[in-house]
Amino acid sequence: MEKRQALNALSGILFGLGLVAFFDETVFHQLLHWHHFYDKSTTDIGLVSDGIFHSFSWFATIASLFMFADLRRKKTFYGKRWIGGILTGAGAFQLYDGTVQHKLMGLHQIRYGVDILPYDLVWNLTAATMLAAGIILLIKTQAEEKG
Amino acid sequence: MHSHHESAPVFNWAQLILALPFLLALFLYLLAAFKSKKKWPLYRIVLWTLGISLSLISVIGPLAERSHNDFKAHMLSHLFLGMLAPFLLALAAPLTLAFRSLSVQKGRKLSKLLKSKPLKIAVHPLAASILNIGGLWVLYSTGLYGLMHEQNWIYVLVHVHIFLAGYLFTIAFLYLDPVSKRYSFKFRAAVLILAFAGHGILSKFIYAHPPAGVPDKQAETAGMLMYYGGDVIDILIIFVFCFQWYHASRPGTSLSHANPS
Repeated sequence: MEKRQALNALSGILFGLGLVAFFDETVFHQLLHWHHFYDKSTTDIGLVSDGIFHSFSWFATIASLFMFADLRRKKTFYGKRWIGGILTGAGAFQLYDGTVQHKLMGLHQIRYGVDILPYDLVWNLTAATMLAAGIILLIKTQAEEKG
Repeated sequence: MHSHHESAPVFNWAQLILALPFLLALFLYLLAAFKSKKKWPLYRIVLWTLGISLSLISVIGPLAERSHNDFKAHMLSHLFLGMLAPFLLALAAPLTLAFRSLSVQKGRKLSKLLKSKPLKIAVHPLAASILNIGGLWVLYSTGLYGLMHEQNWIYVLVHVHIFLAGYLFTIAFLYLDPVSKRYSFKFRAAVLILAFAGHGILSKFIYAHPPAGVPDKQAETAGMLMYYGGDVIDILIIFVFCFQWYHASRPGTSLSHANPS
C-alpha cells in the first residue's frame, strides 16, 4: 500500500509542476508577452536554474501522465491524493519561481514597466495557498488510507 | 557574413561528401527491408526515408546553401540534422534490420563491433550527452562556428559530428535496437533532463552572446528557434522514453514493481 501511496502523490506532484511550467510558458511568455525570453540582467545561475527546470517540467508532465496510466492500469489510482499532489507540485514550483528564481537569481520579472509589488504578491500568495492546500490533502489522504 | 561563400564549386564537394553516406544508407536500408524474408514494418521504412530526407535537406540544396550566411537557416538545419533526423532514424531500428539481413558470420562481426570498447563508452548516456551537447557548446561559444565557414574540411567534420553525436545521443537513451549495456530508467532520466537543460541554456546563451560575425537579430531568432524547436523534439524523445518505461513496467514483468522515475 505504501508504494501506491507514494506513486499517486509523486505522479500528482510531477503533473502539477509541469502544469504550472506550461501555464507560465504559454500564458505569460507567449500570449501576454509579460515575461522576457532573456533578461539582460539574468545571472548565470538563474539561466542554469531556468534551463534545468524548463527541461525537468517537460519530463515531469509526460512521465506523470504515463504514471497516471500505470496507476489506472493496476487499479491503484487514488484521485484525492493525486489532486493533493498536483496542488503541492504546482504551489511549490510557483513559489520557487516567484521567490528564488525571480527575486534571488534575477531570472526575469513577472512584468516590466509597472509597479511590480502587487504582481509579486498575487503570484506568491496564490503559490503559497496551493502549496498549503496540497500538503493538507496529502496528509489527510495518508491518514485515511491508514485508518 | 563570409563573402567567399559565393564560390559555389568549392562547396559542392563538401555537400557531396556529406550527402553520399545518407544516400547509401537509404539504398542499403531499402534493399534489406524489401529482401527481408519476414515482413519488415512499413512505418519503419517511412521513418527511415523521412530521417534520410531531413538529413539531406540540411547538408545539400537551398537550406544548406543559405545556412552559410544565415544563422537562422543554420539553426533549422541543426535541428534537422542533429535532433529530428537522428530520432526518426533510430526509430527505424536499422541495427535490427541489419542483423536480420546479414549472414550469421557477418552478424557476429557486427555484434562484436558494437561490443567494442570505444562504442560501448560512446553510448553511455553521459558520454553521448557530452559529445552531443558539449560539442554544440564548443561550436557556438568558441571561434569554431566562424572557422567552419572558412575551411571546407572543418565544415564537413562539424556536420558529421553533429549528426553522429545526435544519433548516438538518441540511442543512448532510447533502446530501440540491441545495445551492449542497458542503463536504468532512473539514471537515463536524470541525464536526459540535464542534457536537455544544457541545450536550453545554450539557446539562451546564443540569444545573448551571438557567435562571432552573427548579427544580434539573427542570433535572437535563431536562439528562440533552437529553444522552442528543441522543445518539440525533446518532447518526442521523452514520450518514447516514458512509453518504453510504461511498456517495461506492465503487470507481470520484473520491472512492474520498480520505481518509475
